[in-house]
Amino acid sequence: MSTLMLAMSLLFACAMIGAALVAIRGKSLPIAILAAGLVSLLASILFLILAAPDVAMTEAAIGSGLTVFLFFFVLGRVRGGEHD
Amino acid sequence: MIKRFLALLLLFGIGAIFITLLLGYTPDTELNLTARYYADHTAQDLGAANIITAIIVTYRGLDTLGEVTVLFLTAAIVGLVLAHNRQHSGAGQRELPPSGELLTTGSRLLVPLILLLGVYIFINGHLTPGGGFQGGAVIASAILLILLTEPTKRFSHRLIAALESISGLFFVVIGVFGIFLAGGFLDNRILPTGTVGALFSAGAIPIIYSFVGLKVGAEFSSMLANLSETEEP
Repeated sequence: MSTLMLAMSLLFACAMIGAALVAIRGKSLPIAILAAGLVSLLASILFLILAAPDVAMTEAAIGSGLTVFLFFFVLGRVRGGEHD
Repeated sequence: MIKRFLALLLLFGIGAIFITLLLGYTPDTELNLTARYYADHTAQDLGAANIITAIIVTYRGLDTLGEVTVLFLTAAIVGLVLAHNRQHSGAGQRELPPSGELLTTGSRLLVPLILLLGVYIFINGHLTPGGGFQGGAVIASAILLILLTEPTKRFSHRLIAALESISGLFFVVIGVFGIFLAGGFLDNRILPTGTVGALFSAGAIPIIYSFVGLKVGAEFSSMLANLSETEEP
């Protein structure tokens, strides 16, 4: 692995930890959902760097695509109800 | 206090395990026994360019059947649990604000492209990274985008169920064909393997993976449709 790749992986790993902290500690729910999606997206980039494109594809499709959409969907549902 | 201490202790324990693993890690200079077998034999035996797909669909095809079954059970249970408070059409539907211009136009542009990408991913599963599960998830995300734009839209449950059952049935039937025409259950050599890298190659792998893709897409879509049709308790 070249130095550039190593630097990129470290950067992505740090960004992942930062995004995870935002997702846990953040006050705003939509930003927390987006941050959780960002963690999955960065994880899929890391999988790609580690030469696992199949796993990266699954992570990108389910982790950062479907789950984020689903969370927003449910969030809209919860907010839209009269009694929550 | 003691809870915090335990959490810290657990954290340090996990950290110590990972650090010893990391320090003791030396990358292999050559493939190990199993990996070498797959790397040497996949292309000439099965004709698949993507070794991972060959492992998932043929060498470990039974595991994939199990995975698909687990996903089917999940979808069935979601349907069962949510069936009780299914929203009846018209009765007591609250007025939703219309979706924004950006979402409506964007989804009109993107939904066909996302569907096409999903189909591309599972048809080319034996050539490029990805396959039935990834393609199915991509297709389901297109369905979700439709539901986000138009929350009151209803999908035909009969169509989704028929698609799902037929795909699962054909998956098993092709597997059983493998027993009689080739080496065993889910053997892909019931069709000619062709040249490595061509679209029509690798025997039954593209067909099986297309059915898996349709099945996974239909299962995820049915879950999403069930979720969207449920009214709040």
